Amino acid sequence: MDLSYSEEDLAFQADVRGWLKDTLPADMVERVKTGKRLPREDFLNWHAMLRSRGWLAQMWPVEHGGTGWSASQKAIFDEEVVAAGAPRVSPFGLNMLGPVIIKFGSQEQKDHYLPKILSDEHFWCQGYSEPGAGSDLASLKTKAVRDGNEWVINGQKTWTTFAHFADHIFVLCRTDPNAAKPQEGISFLLVPMDTPGVEVRPILTLEGEHEVNEVFLTDVRVPIENIVGEENKGWTLAKYLLTFERTGIANVGNNKASIKGIKAAARNVMKNGKPLLDDPMFAARLGKVEIDLMGLEVFNNRMIAAAGVGNAPGAETSLLKIKGTQVLQETNDIMRRAAGPYAAPDLPEAFDPGWNGEAPGPEFALRAARRYFNNRKTSIYGGSNEIQRNIAAKALLGL
Amino acid sequence: MDFELSEERQMLKDTADRFIREQCTIDKRHEATKSDEGYDKALWAEFCELGLAGALIPADAGGFGGTGEDISLVFEALGRGLVVEPFLPTLLASVPLAGAGRTDLLEQAMEGGTQLAFAHYEPEGYYTAEHVTTRAAGGTLSGRKAVVINGATASHLVVTARAAGDATDTDGLGCYLVESGAPGLEIIQHKSIDGPHVAEITLNNTPAEDLGQGWDAIERTLSAGALAVSAEAVGAMEVAKDVTLDYLKERKQFGKPIGANQVLQHRMVDMLVELESARSVVMLAANTFEADRHTREKNVSAAKNTIGRAGRLIAEETIQMHGGIAMTWEYIAPHYAKRIVMIDHLFGDTDHHLERFIALSRAEDA
Repeated sequence: MDLSYSEEDLAFQADVRGWLKDTLPADMVERVKTGKRLPREDFLNWHAMLRSRGWLAQMWPVEHGGTGWSASQKAIFDEEVVAAGAPRVSPFGLNMLGPVIIKFGSQEQKDHYLPKILSDEHFWCQGYSEPGAGSDLASLKTKAVRDGNEWVINGQKTWTTFAHFADHIFVLCRTDPNAAKPQEGISFLLVPMDTPGVEVRPILTLEGEHEVNEVFLTDVRVPIENIVGEENKGWTLAKYLLTFERTGIANVGNNKASIKGIKAAARNVMKNGKPLLDDPMFAARLGKVEIDLMGLEVFNNRMIAAAGVGNAPGAETSLLKIKGTQVLQETNDIMRRAAGPYAAPDLPEAFDPGWNGEAPGPEFALRAARRYFNNRKTSIYGGSNEIQRNIAAKALLGL
Repeated sequence: MDFELSEERQMLKDTADRFIREQCTIDKRHEATKSDEGYDKALWAEFCELGLAGALIPADAGGFGGTGEDISLVFEALGRGLVVEPFLPTLLASVPLAGAGRTDLLEQAMEGGTQLAFAHYEPEGYYTAEHVTTRAAGGTLSGRKAVVINGATASHLVVTARAAGDATDTDGLGCYLVESGAPGLEIIQHKSIDGPHVAEITLNNTPAEDLGQGWDAIERTLSAGALAVSAEAVGAMEVAKDVTLDYLKERKQFGKPIGANQVLQHRMVDMLVELESARSVVMLAANTFEADRHTREKNVSAAKNTIGRAGRLIAEETIQMHGGIAMTWEYIAPHYAKRIVMIDHLFGDTDHHLERFIALSRAEDA
C-alpha cells in the first residue's frame, strides 16, 4: 500500500502545473478567482488552450481524440486547474454527450458530432429535468412523436445550465406513452437550438444570478436521424451519462481551494484584536472540515483506484457525493461566517468583468454569502443527497 | 497510488481474520474479562504462536513488522473480533524497549512468556501527553500513574518519569523499566466498562532502570497507541454496521422489515459514509507513520479525531436503530458500541486531537 502519487503521476502533475502557469492569461485567472461572471468567450478560450495541448476531451478514449487519462491523472488535473484559477470545462458536450455518442451513436453521428464538440463548433446543454420530473426523472413528460421523417417535440425542460450560451441541446423525450414502465418508452434526441419552437427563458437563482434556464419546446421538428441509440431505449443512455456526471463528484480540488481561501481570509479578519483564524471556536470548525477533507481525498482516491482505468465508478460515488457536498457546503458556511457583518452588503455589479469599484468591507466578503447560497444547489443537483442515500441503501446495503 | 496489500500483509490479514472469526467468541470474551488477568491466557498464547504479537514489533528488535501499516492491519482485525488480549500494552511498551535495544524482553513478550505494560498518564494530567510529575532520582521513581492497561498483570512495566523540568516540559522526560514486585510499587486493579483490566499505580522510591528513551520515544509510543485504537475502532465500527444492517433486514414491525423505512435506510447510509471516511483517514495515518514527525503526528490526530466523531455516531446509531435489544448484556452489538465509544478515552479524545491537529496545521501555514 502506498498512498502517495507515483513518479509518473508526479511528473504529470508538474507538467500540468507548469503548463497552466505559462498558458493561463492573468486577466482570466483574476476573473475566476474573484468569482466574476464569465463571458462565453472565457469558456471558448479556455477550451482552445486545452485543445491545442490535446487535453480537452478528458473522458474520451485516445482514438476519438481524447486524452485517455487514468483516473488519477484526471483527479490531478482537476485539482491543479482549480488551484491555478482556470474556468471549468463546460461539461455538457465534452463530458456528457461525447461519451454517450462514443458508446451508443451511429458511425455517422460519431463522424458528425464528435469533431464539432471537440472544435467548439457546437456548444451543448442538457435537456433532462422538467418541472414535474426532478428526482423522479423517469416520469418526464416532454413527448416526441414521429411524423414522416421527423420527430415533433412538445414539452418543457428546466434547470438548463448555459442554455443561453448553447446552440444545441440533448433532450430526453417520451416516445412511447403506453410503455409498461416509465423508464421504458424514453428516447434521446439531439436538437439545434435555432430550430423553430425552441424558446429559452432565464431563471434567476436565489442570489439573483443567471446560470440556468427554462427551455420550452413547441412543435419542434428535427430529422428522424437525430435520435441517439434505439427508439424507447433512451433511459439506458440517460443513466450512462449520469455515471460520467458523477466522476469528480467529491470536489476535492474545489474543497482544497475553498479551505485555502478561508485561511487567507480569516488571517486578516480581526476579532478582539486577534486574527479570526486563531479564534478557538472558528479554528475548531475549520479544523474539523480540514480533517474531513483529508478523509474525503483518500476515500475518493480509493474509489478511483478500485474503478480502474476507463471504468465508470460504482454506487460508492453516492457516498462520495454526500460527503463531498457536506464538506463544500461547510466550507462555504465558514467563509460566510468569516465575513461577519460584511457578508450582507451585496454588489451585483462587482461580478461584472472589469469592475474596479471599492468593496465596503473585505474583498472576499463580496462573494461569501453568494457562494454559500449558490452552492446549496450541490446537495440538490445530480441526484439530490436523499436520492444518493436511496441508491446507496439499495445498491450497497441491500435494503 | 496503490491501495493493495503486499502478499505478506495479505497473508497476515487472512491469518488474523480467520483465527479471530473462529476463536474469539463473545462468550470467551465475557469469561476472560471476569478472570484475574482480564484476558484469556490460552488465547493469548495462540495469538503469539501465530505471530500476531511479533507483527507489531520491528525486525531490528526481533519482530517482523512494527510499521504503521502492520499496526493498523492487526488492530483492525482485533477490533472486528472485540479482542481483549494484551496487544495494546505490548505494542506500547515495545516502542521504548525497541529503542533501548531490549530485544530480550521483546522476544519473551512476543512469545507470550512476559507481560508488558506502559504507564504514562497521571491523575492530574487529563490527556496532556507532556504532563508527567513522577520523579526519577537516584535510580528510583516516585509518583502515580493512572488507568494503566494490563498494569497489574505485567511482569515488566515501562514507566515514564521526569529527571528534570516542570510538569509539562518535554525536556527531562524519560522511560524507565520497573519490575512487578519491586519495592515501593503499589498496584490497584480495576475492571473497565469496555473490556481490558486497568490499574492505578503508585511508585515510592521504586528501583527502576533508565532505558535512555526521552520525549521523542514517548510521543511516538502514544502515536502508535492512537493509531492502533483508531484502526481497532474501524474494525469494530464495521461489525457494528453489519450487525445493525442484518437486524434491519430481519426485524419486522408493522408487517415489514424495519429496514424498509426510508428514515432508517438513510441513517444507515450516513453510518456507511462516516465509516468509509474514517477508514480512509486511518489508512492515511498508517501509511505515513514512518514519515517525518510533523506529518505523522498531524495525520494521527486527524485519524483519532475522525474516529471520535464517527465512532460516537455509529455506536449510538447501532443502539438506537436496534432498539431495546441493544440495551441488553446478552446481545453482541452493545459490546461493540461500548468499545467504540470508550476508545475515545485513550491517548486523547476527539477535542484533544482536534486542538492538536489545528496547532500542527497552523504550524504548516506559518
